Amino acid sequence: MSTRLARGGRLIDRTKPITVTFNGRRMAGYLGDTLASAVLANDQMMVGRSFKYHRPRGVVASGAEEPNALVGLGTGGRFEPNQRMTTTEAFDGAETASQNHWPSLEFDIGAINNKFGRLLPGGFYYKTFMWPRSFWKHVYEPIIRQSAGLGKVPTDRDADRYEQAYAFADVAVVGAGIAGLTAALGAAKAGKRVIVLEMTPACGGRAVVDGITIDGQGADAWVAAAVEALRGMDNVTLMTRTMATGLYDHGYLMAAERIADHTPGDGRPKQRLWRIRAGEVITATGAIERTLSFAGNDIPGVMLAAAVRDYVVNYGVSIGDRTVIVTNNDDAYRTALALLDAGLRVPAVIDARANVTGALAQAVRDRGVRVLAGHGVAKVHGGKRVTGVAICAQAGEGAMIEEIACDCVAMSGGWSPVVHLWSHCGGKLNWDETSAMFRPDPQRPPLGADGRGMVRAVGSANGMLTADAVLADAHAAFGSGAAPATDAPAEAAMEPVWIMPQGAGPKLRMKMWLDPQNDVKVSDVQLAAREGYESVEHTKRYTTLGMATDQGKMSNINGLAVLSNALHQPIPATGTTTFRPPYTPLNFGAIAGEARGEIFQPLRRTPIHDWHETHGVEWEPVGLWRRPFCYRRPGESTEAAVNREVRNTRQNLGLLDASTLGKILVKGPDAGKFLDMLYTGVMSTLAVGKCRYGLMCNEQGFLSDDGVVVRLSEDSWLCHTTSGGADRIHGWMEDWLQCEWWDWKVHTANLTEQFAQIAVVGPNARKLLEKLGGMDVSKETLPFMAFAEGTLGGFDARVFRISFSGELSYEIAVPASQGRAFWEKLHDAGQEFGLMPYGTECLHILRAEKGFIMIGDETDGTVIPQDLNMAWAISKKKADYLGKRGQERSYLASADRWKLVGLETLDGSVLPDGVYAVAPGVNANGQRNVQGRVTSTYFSPTLGRGIAMGLVKHGPDRMGEVLDFPGDNGKIHQARIVDQVFFDKEGAKNDA
Amino acid sequence: MLILECPCCGVKAEETELAPGGEAHLKRFGPGSSDADFDSYMFARANPKGVHFERWRHANGCGKWFLAARCTATLEVFGTYPAQTTEPPAELQAYIKSRRPEWEGYK
Amino acid sequence: MKRYSMFAVAREGLNYHLGWGRAWRNPAPKKKYDVIIVGAGGHGLATAYYLGKNYGIRNVAIIEKGWLGGGNTGRNTTIIRSNYLQDPSAAIYEKARSLYETLSQDLNYNVMFSPRGLLMLAQTHHEVRGYRRTVYANNLQGVTTEWIGPERVKQIVPIMNIHGPRYPVLGALYQARGGTARHDAVAWGYARACSDMGMDIIQQCEVTGIRQVNGKVTGVDTTKGSIDCDKLGLVVAGHTSVLADMGGFRLPIESLALQALVSEPIKPCMDVVVMANTVHGYMSQSDKGEMVIGGGTDGFNNYTQRGSWHHVEETVRALVETFPMISRLKMLRQWGGIVDMTGDRSPILSKTPLGNCFVNCGWGTGGFKSIPGSGWAMAELMARGEPGPLTEEFSMYRFREGKFIDESVAAGVAH
Repeated sequence: MSTRLARGGRLIDRTKPITVTFNGRRMAGYLGDTLASAVLANDQMMVGRSFKYHRPRGVVASGAEEPNALVGLGTGGRFEPNQRMTTTEAFDGAETASQNHWPSLEFDIGAINNKFGRLLPGGFYYKTFMWPRSFWKHVYEPIIRQSAGLGKVPTDRDADRYEQAYAFADVAVVGAGIAGLTAALGAAKAGKRVIVLEMTPACGGRAVVDGITIDGQGADAWVAAAVEALRGMDNVTLMTRTMATGLYDHGYLMAAERIADHTPGDGRPKQRLWRIRAGEVITATGAIERTLSFAGNDIPGVMLAAAVRDYVVNYGVSIGDRTVIVTNNDDAYRTALALLDAGLRVPAVIDARANVTGALAQAVRDRGVRVLAGHGVAKVHGGKRVTGVAICAQAGEGAMIEEIACDCVAMSGGWSPVVHLWSHCGGKLNWDETSAMFRPDPQRPPLGADGRGMVRAVGSANGMLTADAVLADAHAAFGSGAAPATDAPAEAAMEPVWIMPQGAGPKLRMKMWLDPQNDVKVSDVQLAAREGYESVEHTKRYTTLGMATDQGKMSNINGLAVLSNALHQPIPATGTTTFRPPYTPLNFGAIAGEARGEIFQPLRRTPIHDWHETHGVEWEPVGLWRRPFCYRRPGESTEAAVNREVRNTRQNLGLLDASTLGKILVKGPDAGKFLDMLYTGVMSTLAVGKCRYGLMCNEQGFLSDDGVVVRLSEDSWLCHTTSGGADRIHGWMEDWLQCEWWDWKVHTANLTEQFAQIAVVGPNARKLLEKLGGMDVSKETLPFMAFAEGTLGGFDARVFRISFSGELSYEIAVPASQGRAFWEKLHDAGQEFGLMPYGTECLHILRAEKGFIMIGDETDGTVIPQDLNMAWAISKKKADYLGKRGQERSYLASADRWKLVGLETLDGSVLPDGVYAVAPGVNANGQRNVQGRVTSTYFSPTLGRGIAMGLVKHGPDRMGEVLDFPGDNGKIHQARIVDQVFFDKEGAKNDA
Repeated sequence: MLILECPCCGVKAEETELAPGGEAHLKRFGPGSSDADFDSYMFARANPKGVHFERWRHANGCGKWFLAARCTATLEVFGTYPAQTTEPPAELQAYIKSRRPEWEGYK
Repeated sequence: MKRYSMFAVAREGLNYHLGWGRAWRNPAPKKKYDVIIVGAGGHGLATAYYLGKNYGIRNVAIIEKGWLGGGNTGRNTTIIRSNYLQDPSAAIYEKARSLYETLSQDLNYNVMFSPRGLLMLAQTHHEVRGYRRTVYANNLQGVTTEWIGPERVKQIVPIMNIHGPRYPVLGALYQARGGTARHDAVAWGYARACSDMGMDIIQQCEVTGIRQVNGKVTGVDTTKGSIDCDKLGLVVAGHTSVLADMGGFRLPIESLALQALVSEPIKPCMDVVVMANTVHGYMSQSDKGEMVIGGGTDGFNNYTQRGSWHHVEETVRALVETFPMISRLKMLRQWGGIVDMTGDRSPILSKTPLGNCFVNCGWGTGGFKSIPGSGWAMAELMARGEPGPLTEEFSMYRFREGKFIDESVAAGVAH
């Protein structure tokens, strides 16, 4: 059984007991435990079920490579599925539940898949489930989905918050094992600004577990001194619990700091996501131990040798009383020694190497442990827990030589450098034959913005597998003089072992797990190769090898070695799959940061925004702005409010917050010439103090924006744009001025937010302004399309006598700081004239009644001014304007284009928005022919009937014709082509 | 997350500060030009896998447009230069040649 | 070719599955083919398949510089839909969608087409208008879609927050027979069927030059030698410009990186595809249980196929806002694909300035969903030498005529 030892455990604090629960069972632990060590201390070996066969799964590792030990942690708004127990710090009261089983972990119906394992080889679903056709969606897929999926679904909104932060350094060192600490010390002493990122709460990595001495000190003491030295330096920031998750183009390093993951609910953010810019990134990310592929290597109790050692040394937890060690290298002998030191039994070390000569092996032999050289494991016995192993010759086919009873198997297949960060941005790897591993190729590093290498790997991340080599490598990165030295004994060479025994037949190969989470076995990879899925990417995708939540950290190298052997090619010819960020899974909450709810995106507010809030506003998002859609009175429906606003504006007086309209100042000796290029019409001839409506097209010729241009003075024009177009059009202007006509003397400034703009609209508009006083706004002094600057009711005002409603109308701009006060002044003073504020929907109806076009309604990026019968706004005299050449293209110049008309239903109803007018017959693809479509459609409160505009083929030539518009549920709406101006055709009201 | 140095204000700007603007040094063809010329201006793009001259605007910064020479295969930035140029500066072209001997040159 | 079925799997199981043969052959190139397709992604393989199936042209080689299905076919978010606004788009995407319906049976390879339904959320009034217009257009195009209100959206996707404070859901464009399929399987299934028809799929073979005589293509130079052909089809998505350059012409294409990511797997919680264009994100749940998420494209030319950060951040923000319960899920993996964007964001299936050389590209972010239709139409174009109804609007020359097929009109941003 697995249990807590009476002594030991360098990371736990035995004075601080905690309780965690696992599937409702209370378990005693200590502060410093991981969830894995805490449950292992309580003999909870089996912690989950596998993905496909629902086989029992136990903890196999002690770090980020753990594929099995995933639990649901917490409840309610703090429930989190798929938490990796080996990297999650235990805390008092932590509630955990195992995953992917029903009804219970011990008894899982889904394990029936295991019985049919032979029928479910890799990729079996591509060959089956095809008949009958409808069964995939309705039967097979639901069953497969229910059986897959691992963690439970969170239901509540996340109770925690997340922060994001930026950091800058000359050197970012990833990993604070002895390599990272050495490199960081070297860089810091060289005067560089250094950030050190360590994923665990404690520094030191593997050396402290292995118990070597460094420069005559115990590794623990050496590490403590190094950490203290770094913490004492102003140019160093050492961050623990911080996982470097990904390295992106041009050296953008992302790191996730766990702040309150282990202290939930203490008020601090759960995590903080760091974006780090460093001159150079040093990856001292260590190495990961590989499993060995022998039959039954997935049974709970079979663990990585170093992990068994970690649990004993770091947490004082023994995995079993009798541990058989299986290895192909010297390092696993350290586990034997650690177990012996803890008073535990090691019945045998089974070493696949024919000759076992190293000093570590000798030390183990010296303690009386049998070392079986040239042997392997034929089979592991046990179901939910290891009970013993059958031993065979590694060179044979698996004939049993003897059986050894044990309750733990510690395996080591060699080590693989952690090359993820190195590889994220394209760093290349070399195959190292001696140690059978991929290691970073320093000649082909990931490249930074300048095309030079931006990452260096040091220590075991660079393929250095002994402590002295690690320290020498890391020291060489920045240091001078002698590197720290250790007493670690020399190690004999490892021998690659990809399956055990090497001649194992199909029956054994079907029991050798490569990826225990996804249930990918040696036989599956061999099947993929046999069927022609020869690329490593094909094999991965066909078998799902390496696609589990550990992303192949443990299984990839073994899998591609098996594939290479099946294809009779060397491993480097097979290559690796691509390493993608993040290194370990990263919470979406951390990625989203604080951008949630109201501050999901920045909100642009007009100066009058808050007034609207308190006056019944119904908002409409327009870009990042919000505009009032309408203002509802108590008990009033949206529709009623809009109709009231329309009627009141036509009859009395309306007030519109038009502050979001773009306002771009264009100024300079060449401003007129420039605007003549920008607009389809002529703006250079506009008289000072006058306004002119203008259209802008893109170079394709399509209409992109419209608005009123005002000539403020001899050399300055104010260009109004649509609300959504302000920034775009300003950028567009700058593009031409900076990149094409850079010798033209023109400045532009986007003044959109500098002014509040308010439209005073309706028969009583002039009365209101006259009441405010300060400027002559009479018809004579300020006629239609004129502009004047002065004061109105004490406010600095720019008054534009323009109209987008057909009513007598003034648009008045005041400095943004005066906007709210001016609005309130207008609002109060206007009460005697029947003033009511109105929103965007009323605005739309008013303009539609007058047949005015709206960018985004009548236009959609495919419409040219000519389609809208607006040739009057296009200068015939100009040799050039933006879009003119585009409009010369045959399809745009065609006489058959759809053109703007008014549409009136025969029964007075409102046409549905976006309906098409059908034409007889179908096209070559069997689609119904069409001859037009509705672009704007409203109920007109003024006329008491539906009105619409639309684009119709040859429309203006077909006045009076009735078209069919198929609507919802088979209903055909009939509408007559009419003039697009529905109300006040003579313009008498505007002229008042 | 690319970094490009704005030649106007000197800031080493991150990608989020910048707005990309497509291929640089295109010649504008206006009214009366041939279909082929207009096509070459509006649509046809070199889109090379390798050295690319392109437009960027320091949109969330000084607001200025500038040009960059960048490798689309490795994302190496060879240099940035003002938008008010009709072809890449000679020293930049020489630098690119030194970094990419196989480069056929700016045409 | 051994037929795939439950019984075959059971039979082979008795022999530890040692009896399965190759899904596709791995031949050396012949000296000459009637047709060479460059690019063994979904589109190239489907083109070859329908050349054989519909036109009896089987002396075909499909040349692939990497491994088949290894480009965008294997790195997209597997969405299938045909709710496009413009007639030419709706025609070819609906052709594709309807072929997907029976593709598993046609190929005897389970591509796991799952018509689970697809929602495009409207979160602004502008989007409401655009999608309603699309529904009316679709009904005339023979594409079954409907407009549904926010309550129905919530019913279909209970995990969605339809009352977000910034962009409440106002309704959705719903295509009940849209859905997903297993992307790799589409390439593998076509590859197996092509190989079975005697076509040669030549992997790890890069085209280094296009040979021509008197303005007509005669063959290609490759890393495995020169190969002659009568007709050449370029079907290489993001790398089309590079090949066009070999053929001596330019295309209206830019190669941009598109971002995608998946979460760790969880139990089923969403059995439709949801796209939210206002906030830039889309999400579905794979059969494995991963939330499959797609985001926007970078705006700069890029051939690196790497994931970038800020688009992922933008997309995840949008989805956490739309689906608050995903906040404590974790991103497992992110990557990028190189998409080929045209001037109007619609594809090109066209003759080229080079005689007997045809191009199929520009699918941008819409490539996977169109594979069968694209292959069907491209086969017709290549077999006849002239465009048919499905391809005639997709000529590379439409830009100079101004005859755009602009889908951004209604669809907002992403596909």
